[in-house]
Amino acid sequence: MKLKDKLLSSFLAFENQVDIDSYVHDIRSEAIKNFEIKGFPSKKDEAWKYTSLNKILKEDYSVFAKDAEALDYKEVKKYFVHDIDSYKIVFVDGKYSSQLSETTHDGIDVCLMSSVLNKPKYHLIIENYFNKLASKEDSLASLNTAFSREGAFIHIPKNKMAQKPIQIVHFSTGNEAALMLQPRNLIIADEHSHVQIIERHQSLTTHPVLTNSVTEIFAGKRAFVDYYKVQNDKENASLIDNTYIKQKGDSNVSLHTFSFGGKLIRNNLNYYQHGEHIDSTLKGVTIIGDKQHVDHNTLVHHIEPNCESHQDYKGIFSDGATGVFNGKVIVEKEAQKTNAFQANNNLLISDKATINTKPQLEIFADDVRCTHGCTIGQLDESALFYMRSRGIPEKEARALLMYAFANNVLESVRIPELKKNINKLIANKLGVNIGFDL
Amino acid sequence: MLKIEDLHASVEDKSILRGINLEVKAGEVHAIMGPNGSGKSTLASVIAGKEEYEVDQGDIILDDENINELEADERAHKGVFLSFQYPVEIPGVTVTNFMKTAINETRKAKGLEDMPAKDMLKLIREKSELLEIDRKFLSRSLNEGFSGGEKKRNEIFQMAMLEPKLAILDETDSGLDIDALRIVANGVNKLKNEDNATIVITHYQRLLDYIVPDYVHVLFNGRIVKSGGKELAQELEKKGYDWIKEENVD
Repeated sequence: MKLKDKLLSSFLAFENQVDIDSYVHDIRSEAIKNFEIKGFPSKKDEAWKYTSLNKILKEDYSVFAKDAEALDYKEVKKYFVHDIDSYKIVFVDGKYSSQLSETTHDGIDVCLMSSVLNKPKYHLIIENYFNKLASKEDSLASLNTAFSREGAFIHIPKNKMAQKPIQIVHFSTGNEAALMLQPRNLIIADEHSHVQIIERHQSLTTHPVLTNSVTEIFAGKRAFVDYYKVQNDKENASLIDNTYIKQKGDSNVSLHTFSFGGKLIRNNLNYYQHGEHIDSTLKGVTIIGDKQHVDHNTLVHHIEPNCESHQDYKGIFSDGATGVFNGKVIVEKEAQKTNAFQANNNLLISDKATINTKPQLEIFADDVRCTHGCTIGQLDESALFYMRSRGIPEKEARALLMYAFANNVLESVRIPELKKNINKLIANKLGVNIGFDL
Repeated sequence: MLKIEDLHASVEDKSILRGINLEVKAGEVHAIMGPNGSGKSTLASVIAGKEEYEVDQGDIILDDENINELEADERAHKGVFLSFQYPVEIPGVTVTNFMKTAINETRKAKGLEDMPAKDMLKLIREKSELLEIDRKFLSRSLNEGFSGGEKKRNEIFQMAMLEPKLAILDETDSGLDIDALRIVANGVNKLKNEDNATIVITHYQRLLDYIVPDYVHVLFNGRIVKSGGKELAQELEKKGYDWIKEENVD
């Protein structure tokens, strides 16, 4: 059976497992209809021109995972930023793991989507926020909505601060021959609140995994959201990440994406600015090789005046890896004095590596400052000789140059332990044993 | 220490060095002078192991070992150091981290553990004082936005950190004002001892007032056409290079 058909028929079984009288039921039903009509995107869709899902869709994914055996923290510790105090929301094969998690309802909510969907006291929140941002046109977001049941729920009320970072980690155990996951996250940072979040998807085996994730983030006035996505998965794990962010006036939302591993990664990252003096930051470092594929598809929608956006994506591609950057910035007529910056810089390390980069600026206001630049280059040979003449071997010199190339994105990571962690991942990825403690 | 025998080298099939013979012993300072385009910088790069230069003939022998086939980093591990005429800017790598990596990679090649952080800091402090380098300077990106003088001072700082056996200073005086020249020369002189050697490549005699050579060689058309003591440098300063050219018409 084709995956699409399998999903459509599984939806009926899924309906039997969840509360069909709930408010969300209608939303799910509408969503599955949209998915049925549109199906999976193909290369014919402009937004998917350079990314084909064909290869990953042909696996026979289980839609409902069997209960996996509990994971021992010691074995998976390395996938957490473990040397900091943090809240943790952990899922194993799509199911909540209370044993690995550390949630709270003390002043802030750091808990599960499933319980929020089911408990009457959260009813208003669901009505006000759930599926309000996720695109109803997009078939993959719709697919996720149809199967939305579990994920992370975070609510930071007005003037509150999450005292420690929150780690959202999804493990897949390989208990199924192939597994499809549809995590659904909802994050609400009310006026003048503050939260830091680290998200990671991690397969523990080489079994194929496809994660189609949706995250909706609401940042109230003067709220501060600092979000990190660590994408360093196994060779048969693929991820389609759909993240939607709505910001109100004077808020600041920053999102870093580190893509070092996985078979195919597609990041759909959408920012909508509703208010003035908003600051939106989108940064990413991609370092991939083999036949890996990473696609960053970003949108920043400037709707009101006096706002800023900063996009800075660096990519390093070796072997037969391919990268895509498609950055769209829309500046509405009313959005005067917008300051939008976009940069996408790439290093191609091998002749077979490819990057497709496409900035798209749609500017309807006349008093704005929008800058964008894309570069594609190779490592500087004279710099390599300079470093080698000081005793740094070729491999290490190359690694250091590549690290330096990505450095200004890493510099803005605000959690020092996470930065150390990322540095280690980069050193591993580049096959060197040097500390990049700059 | 260094023996160069009948060295011929070319770049992109263009022959540049055409039979160089040179012997440098431990404790000596040699100056190599010559007009522009005579092959001075090429000689420096070939000794340091730059890949673009093809050695067509001859040998470079360091401490009785032929180093013709060694990579640049392997030569550095054996104690060869080149102070660049045009140091390369490397954004994103700080001076300190660069030096740490260079020292620890050299130690690794010798089978030694990384230098303890404390010792590294002490060494950095000591050597930066020797070159009168501001501490703030060390946390800046390597050579990025440095003035000409700062770049050259930074080269000698790196030399001080790595303590090479054989240092080659390629036009280290170019772009230096008189104060910076004194600091750089003073640094080089303090690093000099009986076990190491220095080759100073320069167009002008000025630097040789501060770093006094034991021998002066004149390079012209890829060959050493004249050798002598330090008085040869003064003669060149007075008479220019034309008489050398006239004496060596092909």
